[in-house]
Amino acid sequence: MAARGCGGVWCRVLQRGPGGSCSASRPRRAVACNARGGAVPLGQSGLAPWAAVVGLEIHAQITSNSKLFSGSQVQFAAPPNSLVSFFDASLPGTLPVLNRRCVEATVMTGLALNCTINKKSLFDRKHYFYADLPAGYQITQQRVPIAVNGSLSYSLCKDNKMSQMVTKTVRIKQIQLEQDSGKSLHDDARSQTLIDLNRAGVGLMEVVMEPDMCCGEEAAAAVRELQLILQTLGSSQAIMAEGQLRVDANISVHHPGEPYGVRTEVKNINSIRFLAKAVDYEIQRQIKELENGGTVLNETRAFDSKLGCTVPMRDKEGKQDYRFMPEPNLPPLILYDAKSLPANVNHQQVVNIDWIHERLPDLPSVKRAKLVELYGILPEHSFTLVNEDGLMDFFEDVVKQTQMKPKKVIGWILSDLLSHLKQHSLTAKESPISSFLLADLLNLLENGDISSSAAKQVFEELWKGEGKTPLEIVKEKQLELIQDQEELEQICQAVIDEREKEVMAIKGGNEKVINKLIGLVRKATRGRANPLLVKQILEKKLSE
Amino acid sequence: MKLECVPTVSELGSISILGQITNISAALKEGQVTPTELCQRCLALIRSTQFLNAYITVAEETALKQAEESEKRYRRGQPLGELDGIPIAVKDNFNTAGIETTCASNMLKGYISPYNATVVQKLLDGGAVLLGKTNLDEFAMGSGSTDGVFGPVRNPWSYSRQYKEKIVPRSDSEPENSNWVITGGSSGGSAAAVSAFTCFAALGSDTGGSTRNPAAHCGVVGLKPTYGLISRHGLIPLVNSMDVPGILTRCVDDAAVVLGSLAGHDPKDSTTVQDIFQPFALPSLTDVSKLSIGIPKEYHAPGLSSEILAVWSKAADLFKNAGAKVVEVSLPHTHYSIVCYHVLCTAEVASNMARFDGLEYGHRSDMNKSTESMYAATRREGFSDVVRGRILSGNYFLLKQNYEDYFVKAQKVRRLIANDFVKVFGSGVDILLTPTTLSDAVPYVEFIKEDNRTRSTQDDILTQAANMAGLPAVNVPTALSGRGLPIGLQFIGRSFQEKQLLTVAKWFEKQVQFPMIQLEEVKKHDNGVLQHQKSASFS
Repeated sequence: MAARGCGGVWCRVLQRGPGGSCSASRPRRAVACNARGGAVPLGQSGLAPWAAVVGLEIHAQITSNSKLFSGSQVQFAAPPNSLVSFFDASLPGTLPVLNRRCVEATVMTGLALNCTINKKSLFDRKHYFYADLPAGYQITQQRVPIAVNGSLSYSLCKDNKMSQMVTKTVRIKQIQLEQDSGKSLHDDARSQTLIDLNRAGVGLMEVVMEPDMCCGEEAAAAVRELQLILQTLGSSQAIMAEGQLRVDANISVHHPGEPYGVRTEVKNINSIRFLAKAVDYEIQRQIKELENGGTVLNETRAFDSKLGCTVPMRDKEGKQDYRFMPEPNLPPLILYDAKSLPANVNHQQVVNIDWIHERLPDLPSVKRAKLVELYGILPEHSFTLVNEDGLMDFFEDVVKQTQMKPKKVIGWILSDLLSHLKQHSLTAKESPISSFLLADLLNLLENGDISSSAAKQVFEELWKGEGKTPLEIVKEKQLELIQDQEELEQICQAVIDEREKEVMAIKGGNEKVINKLIGLVRKATRGRANPLLVKQILEKKLSE
Repeated sequence: MKLECVPTVSELGSISILGQITNISAALKEGQVTPTELCQRCLALIRSTQFLNAYITVAEETALKQAEESEKRYRRGQPLGELDGIPIAVKDNFNTAGIETTCASNMLKGYISPYNATVVQKLLDGGAVLLGKTNLDEFAMGSGSTDGVFGPVRNPWSYSRQYKEKIVPRSDSEPENSNWVITGGSSGGSAAAVSAFTCFAALGSDTGGSTRNPAAHCGVVGLKPTYGLISRHGLIPLVNSMDVPGILTRCVDDAAVVLGSLAGHDPKDSTTVQDIFQPFALPSLTDVSKLSIGIPKEYHAPGLSSEILAVWSKAADLFKNAGAKVVEVSLPHTHYSIVCYHVLCTAEVASNMARFDGLEYGHRSDMNKSTESMYAATRREGFSDVVRGRILSGNYFLLKQNYEDYFVKAQKVRRLIANDFVKVFGSGVDILLTPTTLSDAVPYVEFIKEDNRTRSTQDDILTQAANMAGLPAVNVPTALSGRGLPIGLQFIGRSFQEKQLLTVAKWFEKQVQFPMIQLEEVKKHDNGVLQHQKSASFS
């Protein structure tokens, strides 16, 4: 098992801004996480190193047709209050009815995260008054959640080098099922609050990660891996921008060997990139605070993505006592496995853990291993293929449709396609070049119809998305290789005739100079000559 | 002011309005009476007994429409069942689509629910005619039906010949009408409605005795079914883990008929059992010699009136003399139930009442300084002191620092109380026989001398253990007290053994021949709101 926590070391910021606005005093990251897990002295005299401790609480909205306890539909961006049942609005006398699909999705997620699935779990009420919580309490699983004691392995690269990847593990404390709240829209101008209950009661899985991480990069990598797992399982769409995945980070700093420091909770993080930023900012803020003789308050802070810093949250309700109580309207949730499944039971009425286990799809880690094995690509390439949305499918589609070896295809996918996609902030699914067209292009290259430099030109043309096929572009731009041997020989001869000096050098034994001649032939043919053929012709002519 | 009359038996023709549901149902089938006639008679009775304050809302128009529909079905020869055309009333803490549901609280005054409680829907699906919504203690928190915003319910027996003959005027200075007695509660409106013949059956709810207690005081049958047998969906909760819809009728057979139409799994209430419920007609027992009746000694509680004690032991003798085995049993944790109930009840109340914040429905205060101040004002204005008091103590018990000491402990004690019953029933006892109340109904003026909490704890003592254990229990009117008021006894059965419980209750009912209420004269209402001058005899 990989090292838990990294013991990465942070040091104080040497250069401080003038203070005041938070962007001005934004600290620079002193050191990245140390992938080996050891403390690295930073060479700053007289300063004990700091270690940061990061734990995450992640809320993932369950992908389901209806809400956790009611029949209302689940849908993003529906007209306000159009998806609200009597129960969601907490009309008196209504009762919760547990959605089986939400239970299955959570069991699935628990299994994928190596959790122990509790055969009996319980629901609790968590009380607080808030306008978007109509019942005055949230139904959650405080005492006995569905899944406990799991782990999540994730990889990140060391020193930002793709070739140096390390695998780490974070322990999963528990996964609990709970209700989402509605949304409040504050209209400060008219001092009114508008409530949209469409989201109220949607099923959430809360994944609680132990504080086994030590920096923003680790937190981000762990969340990205979780996101991939959820998307693979289909248990959550896990799109952060749509609020389907919400991450709260608990952060503290301490000197190694000393007890953990006071932690803060950072909320309002709506992308993985911002998660890394928020965590790192908060670590630096706490270090700075402590080194200046201040204290870290146990408080909730919000990440301001515009300013790139965390700010204390307007404390909504002061210190809360949630007055937890068992939810009396829901019997204990009993799950079965093959052994405990009673005979003659209606399968619609029970959830069978083993049945779900057998049907788990390949998880991202397995997919990566399979890619390496099947296509002979490098592990870091498999990492990129799996982590970039839709890229693996794209790659596999291309491989299926071309004679080019996967090892060569991967270069086109990672260096050409992916860089273009990133430049334009697109996913593989949104690529203007379909897998079919790319395969077509690679086939032309593989057949020797065009040179690789011509292929790059065709790629650029295809990217414009004008609906032309690679062959059409090749014809139009006259990029096909010169197949006519006589024509090539004439061009080669012309080059030889012009370059007496080089010819002499080659004949004198400096064979490398032939590459220069090849280059000149390519130039003369505007890349339309097959370099191998050119080399053969040149060698033959020069040996004559 | 229009004078309303109570119809006399002769006015009802050959059909006695006092009859059982099964008899009326037969009469409806034979066309001796139509659902509309029946409905109109009940509505007239509701009007003439308005001073009882049994109803909060009378749904005259919809009731007549439902009766009309029923009439069509009878004419086609296709009634929906035994309840088709039968006028019923529902406690005002069950949701009724289109008819106000208030819980006798300012918080829900004027609240019209968009849906029917499952039990209401089942009654309507069975063709029953819903006359209206009955009075109660605010949110069912009470044991007198005296603590609702619509005022106290008066026990019809206050106006019976039996009571009047016995009563000694308290003093010359006090008006005669100060002698009226309470119904008990919190389903007092439903008990009074059945007792005064304004309907054939009524729904109550029973959390700590709220159906059985008023049934005992009003001389009617009050059934609290096993927890999980009848859907709570649409019942505005008091204590979710103990609430059950209760059934109030004039005889045990009727309770079985209504139970038959209500029981069974409801997908909308996850705490209802999946097992299919088979409606049953009650056999007439001839032989009780195989029965074992348990007499729990702890129910000989402090404050039990000697009269009730006498009725109780007479009843035990009745079984013994008929050949049944009568044994003294012990339910040793019974006396902890009051304090245990107090903690569990207030905790759930605190939680259940959290939704009344003025945002989605119900009362909303004009206070608009902030959302929080609006909440506070709404809840102060909407809830009575009794409700607020329970919310406050419940929240106290649920505080993190108190949870283990109170809530968890109370849950453990609840388990012990439930286990007491398991042991007793495991020892071969079939049915437990206990008193339902400590005494007969007290005059309102006496009752209000003590606060709601003290009264509730005293009054629930004999009934709440069955709620803690989820067991079925039924009050059977047994005898009249020295003051001419009803005394009821309680039978507690095994879980889901309603048929056995009611069969025994029916046998007992037949033996004791509880006297019919003689509403000889309906007296002048003390507020002078209504005057009832014509006498009506129900005997």
